[in-house]
Amino acid sequence: MGWNMSVTAISLQNLDVSYGTTKVVQGVNIEVAEGESFALVGESGSGKSTILRAIAGLAPDWTGAISVLGAARGHQVDRDFATRCQMVFQDPYGSLHPRKTVDAVLSEPLLVHGFGNRSARVAEMLAAVGLDQRFRFRFPHQLSGGQRQRVAIARALMLEPKVMLLDEPTSALDVSVQAEILNLLKKLRRQQGLTYLMVTHNLPVVSFMCDRMAIMQKGRVVEIAPATALHDGSFTDPYSQSLYAASGGNPDRKDQP
Amino acid sequence: MTALLEIENLRVSFPTASGRVEVVKGLSLSLGRERLGIVGESGSGKSMTGRAILRLIRRPGRQQADRMVFDGIDLQARTERGMRQLRGARISMIMQDPKFSLNPVMTVGDQIAEALVTHERLPRRDVRARVIEMLHSVRIHDPERVMDLYPHEVSGGMGQRIMIAMMLIPRPDLLIADEPTSALDVSVQAQVLDLIDELVREKGMALILISHDLDLVARYCDRILVMHAGEVVGACAARDLHKASHPYTRGLLAAVPRMEETREELPVLDRSAWGGT
Ligand SMILES: Nc1ncnc2c1ncn2[C@@H]1O[C@H](COP(=O)(O)OP(=O)(O)O)[C@@H](O)[C@H]1O
Ligand SMILES: Nc1ncnc2c1ncn2[C@@H]1O[C@H](COP(=O)(O)OP(=O)(O)O)[C@@H](O)[C@H]1O
Ligand SMILES: [Mg+2]
Ligand SMILES: [Mg+2]
Repeated sequence: MGWNMSVTAISLQNLDVSYGTTKVVQGVNIEVAEGESFALVGESGSGKSTILRAIAGLAPDWTGAISVLGAARGHQVDRDFATRCQMVFQDPYGSLHPRKTVDAVLSEPLLVHGFGNRSARVAEMLAAVGLDQRFRFRFPHQLSGGQRQRVAIARALMLEPKVMLLDEPTSALDVSVQAEILNLLKKLRRQQGLTYLMVTHNLPVVSFMCDRMAIMQKGRVVEIAPATALHDGSFTDPYSQSLYAASGGNPDRKDQP
Repeated sequence: MTALLEIENLRVSFPTASGRVEVVKGLSLSLGRERLGIVGESGSGKSMTGRAILRLIRRPGRQQADRMVFDGIDLQARTERGMRQLRGARISMIMQDPKFSLNPVMTVGDQIAEALVTHERLPRRDVRARVIEMLHSVRIHDPERVMDLYPHEVSGGMGQRIMIAMMLIPRPDLLIADEPTSALDVSVQAQVLDLIDELVREKGMALILISHDLDLVARYCDRILVMHAGEVVGACAARDLHKASHPYTRGLLAAVPRMEETREELPVLDRSAWGGT
């Protein structure tokens, strides 16, 4: 896909993350290149979301090293970080304020960070995520699931970050709406040179969206594989193989003699 | 094959600000001891169809069919009491979220036992043996320990297996599974569906599997109905799903990413052609 392998967008070294006294992520090493799209897959509870949360500063109890675009991440709140890296959650209904219009949701990050020309930027972003301007003054409950996820993506992009953390961004959507959102994410990545670190449980989505993936089990990365391993199931770790089998393998190849 | 369940022209409606709206619009089906899948996008009327079979449409919703017969029993002529005797005993339904369907203040063992004794008179010792046997068959390896747990103490996957145990212990003739694994992750999903599949085959039950996931339904059913906006827009044998000719079914199929995905862009449905749902 022509990303520049010499620049690291996200670097995780020997990362451990805990909630209270329980360590839920252990010894994770991942390097995501700038412009790359990288997936975290694995059974639920394996620590995928926790990794994103640690990077985003939402799970502060970690050890090891995290850096984004060459800048080491500290444990304290980092305002500038928001301009480099943003997160999108699975359930846009839960993550959008019920009493704020789309316009307010999109303007807010600009206000907080002192960006000017806000109205024009909001209009531009709505167009970029494929939302008609008539949705601008609606509330979340007046939008469909797919429209809400477009708003959540638009909000994350308002500060023009280069790195996006996507936590199951289409798991709550119907297949046809999922297709629209995946197309949108792919187009935005191409147009804006974004780097994605994406959690999903859907291996075909990885095949469509990502270059590589880390397979996680019980807080550890058991294998890092190229997305093309999904074509023929050429995984080396037994857990990865069982996850692949449970997802139905590649029926397009099974049919062939 | 004589049909176990026959439905003709089923309609389910709800009142709205602009009058009564039908959410199931004249559905007909005939089911033997086979595995039928109902697929469609959210809001297409799948759950309402499943609930209507058990006469579980709550007011102000309304259901009406020209004919709805289960094993010779006219379901529409049954009293509410008569329906309660059928539910669970002869027709069972597994819902999407086990946490929501299990009683939070009752142990797992007591709930499964209750599901059994409401439909069958048995000495207490036999009840316990049957519960343990059932938990074994849903692959819970330490049933004696699990029986004493409360629903909040079990994982999602185990909760769903407990639900299945509860639904299958009275040995129903028809199992309706409404998105039984949507709340679970893939590895557990396959386990739960394999299990339902095995039990259905072993006990010669009929299955109606409701899901929005086309691939999943194609894997676990013999026959498939595709619903859109309250209507059946396509029907085919599961193995022919990928040859389906109806444009809506084709549109849905094309939108699903594949394990070996080479398309730069996924085709999307033209919603305007379908009334913009
Ligand atoms: N806020 C929290 N407090 C305590 N434990 C948590 C919290 N969030 C997640 N966990 C636990 O951490 C583990 C990893 O969770 P998570 O990262 O959400 O997994 P995944 O995203 O892979 O499903 C799980 O055992 C989960 O129960
Ligand atoms: N209580 C209700 N009042 C009005 N409409 C309802 C009610 N319950 C369900 N519906 C509508 O019925 C339609 C079919 O719902 P459902 O059968 O649950 O869809 P599915 O299971 O296919 O997602 C939906 O459009 C839904 O909004
Ligand atoms: Mg998660
Ligand atoms: Mg439903």
